[in-house]
Amino acid sequence: MKPKVLILFAHPALEKSRVNRRLAEAVRSLPGVTFHDLYELYPDFDIDVPREQELLEEHDIVVLQHPFYWYSTPALIKEWQDLVLEHGWAYGHDGAALRGKTLLSSLTAGGSEEAYCRRGHNRYTIRELLAPIEQTAILCGMTYLPPFVVYGTHSLDERAIERHAADYGRVVEALRDETLDLAAATRQTHLNANLDAVIGNPPEA
Amino acid sequence: MSEGGFFYQAFVYLAAAVVAVPIAKRLGLGSVLGYLIAGIAIGPFGLDFVGEKGQDIMHFAEFGVVMMLFLVGLELEPSLVWRMRSPILGLGGLQVVLTAAAIALCGVGLGLAWPSAMAVGLILALSSTAIVLQTLSEKGLMPTRAGQSAFSVLLFQDVAVIPILAILPLLAVGGSGHSAESHGATTWVEGMPGWAQTMAVLVAVGAVVLAGRFLVAPVFRIIGRTRLRELFTAAALLLVIGIALLMSRVGLSPALGTFLAGVVLANSEYRHELETDIQPFKGLLLGLFFIAVGASVDFGLIVAAPGLIAGLVATLVAVKLIVLLALGRLFKLSLDQNLLFGFALAQGGEFAFVLFSFATQNGVLADSVVAPLVAVVAVSMAIAPLLMLVNEKLIQPRFGTRETDEREADEIREENPVIVAGFGRFGHILGRLLLANGVGTTVLDVDSDQVDLLRKLGLKVFYGDASRVDLLRAAGADNAKVLVVAVDAKEKALEIVRTAQEHFPHLRILCRAYGRPHAYDLLEAGVEHVYRETLDTSLRVGVDALCMLGYRRHQALRAARKFRRHDEDAVRELAGMWKDRKAYVIRAREIIQSVERMIRSEVEQGRHPELDAAWDATGLIDEYGERRD
Repeated sequence: MKPKVLILFAHPALEKSRVNRRLAEAVRSLPGVTFHDLYELYPDFDIDVPREQELLEEHDIVVLQHPFYWYSTPALIKEWQDLVLEHGWAYGHDGAALRGKTLLSSLTAGGSEEAYCRRGHNRYTIRELLAPIEQTAILCGMTYLPPFVVYGTHSLDERAIERHAADYGRVVEALRDETLDLAAATRQTHLNANLDAVIGNPPEA
Repeated sequence: MSEGGFFYQAFVYLAAAVVAVPIAKRLGLGSVLGYLIAGIAIGPFGLDFVGEKGQDIMHFAEFGVVMMLFLVGLELEPSLVWRMRSPILGLGGLQVVLTAAAIALCGVGLGLAWPSAMAVGLILALSSTAIVLQTLSEKGLMPTRAGQSAFSVLLFQDVAVIPILAILPLLAVGGSGHSAESHGATTWVEGMPGWAQTMAVLVAVGAVVLAGRFLVAPVFRIIGRTRLRELFTAAALLLVIGIALLMSRVGLSPALGTFLAGVVLANSEYRHELETDIQPFKGLLLGLFFIAVGASVDFGLIVAAPGLIAGLVATLVAVKLIVLLALGRLFKLSLDQNLLFGFALAQGGEFAFVLFSFATQNGVLADSVVAPLVAVVAVSMAIAPLLMLVNEKLIQPRFGTRETDEREADEIREENPVIVAGFGRFGHILGRLLLANGVGTTVLDVDSDQVDLLRKLGLKVFYGDASRVDLLRAAGADNAKVLVVAVDAKEKALEIVRTAQEHFPHLRILCRAYGRPHAYDLLEAGVEHVYRETLDTSLRVGVDALCMLGYRRHQALRAARKFRRHDEDAVRELAGMWKDRKAYVIRAREIIQSVERMIRSEVEQGRHPELDAAWDATGLIDEYGERRD
């Protein structure tokens, strides 16, 4: 059976979004992919925990898709972590619900790639800033992939946005079809740094 | 067979309509053709149930045309009429002048004297407002460019009747005409000097405009307060009849006068109510009018000279069609639209009957000329719906352009996506939220004082009872997306819901519920979105009370949400049992107990599995303890 992909999408102002909306459109209705719009479902942060846990159990690959706010996720994803990833379910002695699953962060950042490095004015790389998410995945026994990042969203033109959306669609399909070379991927800083190097042919049945 | 008696007459006409119209509709012929066939069937040359009464009925039924123009006016905002001034004057003016000239030429060719030919031309240039508007709106073609163009032409023709009435006596062969006398009605202005007549007309029009602006709303408000439906209908009829009377007294066309009144009232809060009240009368009278036209077709004459009549009808239709198609091209209609426009207007009109008799009285035309022409007009009117059908089924599929005319979208009247029924304590809050967000919202309320107040506050509110299909339709329910039922009367809310579900199944209904039993009824009726009016406010009070007792606000709010979720689920579950009191009581008690148990155990153990473990470190602490051991 092919792995199933769950996209946890969090954007508090989707109507103003230029890039994330396009990324969302690229994956929203792919077969074998569940697109879960958190801000639409829980506008007042009243998260339905049993439902969220059930969804996670039904899927193999979890994608956190969101804009990068203050070097982190929008607030609802933090709330989601606090409520859904319960001790005894997601982690801890008896918590094994997520073990063996895969987690990918997909985000859009206003700053350029150069800004996110030791010498840049953000001083850290995005991979470094995502350490809390990465460690959350590790604690829950999940495989953590390098993030899919779209940099410099404020200055992207229509063609560039289109290209990123197509890349994102390709990544999600590759995850679903198991054509993503995990070993090659983990060596990259971002999943989309060089897609041709990490996406291959479908494995022999 | 033609006996007198009002009931007998009414029975014959109504029976003919009830039998013929559904059959015609079923055959795809449209209601107008159905009425005409009914008229022919009961006329002197069919079953002869009505005898010569047809003419009297026609005179009476012409009032249906007057009402129709009032309704057309109501649909038109003054700004829209102003925007249409160029098609009305340009297209309409050219149509009348060119068609009249072309027909006059044919007349001369057939041996008529010049003045007579001109008179015939002017009279036959007019088309049938009643048939065309009825057929176009029945087919939903009014908002198209062709529909709008046809309407412009008809509007111009209705106005043109007045100057034609003035010109006809001048064309009298012997020059021995009477002075202007319209429709045989006695007018106040007869014998007045020209300037006084003009003054009288201006005063009358001014009176209609001013009354529409300042008098109608307050009077209707007073009537609304009585809450008597029939009084409203009476007032609406009184308004239309009054204007018609006033207009014919000063020598203007009653149709034009009521059209004007309609336009003046188009922005009024009573617009939808007026529309709904007048609509059935208009429908009936117009139907009667078509029946009368059918009954008045003189088959004797047709049988005597079938070739002549057929030739004249063909000539009339051909001449009108050519002129119309040429004008359509000139005004840049696409081929599709132009064909529709041309075929719609290629017939003689009801005003021709009036004008022909006027022309004979004035000695402009001889009886021998008029008799066949009246038959020609009647036949052309009778075949008009057929012609439109021929165009629709045979000509357009072959020659029409299939691409959709993108400009059509602009012509469609703006419709609001939301209708709010009831704008009192409850409705006005959500209504203002919608309006503040720039969402087009049509508001209906049955409290005339409230409507008046809201209007003064600058809100666009209409008076009317939303449980009536026609009123919902007038408020744009066909194109709206959402209907909010926010009336306070429980039964009324259910009535509105049922009407909307039956006639506008596409509407998403949001309904205010008075309390639990009302919510059950609404859920039972199939409403998905039911809102108990006190639930949210009451829970907010509960949250505040918990806070005052020392709860942290965040926890209190979460507790209220949880309670609410349980309660909503319970209402939905219990809705199905409401009818069976015993089962209801048993289950309701179980639910109440389980919620209480849940809350109590939380208090006793500090935590309960049914509540989530958010921000709870008990499990974590236990595990650390185990490891340390």
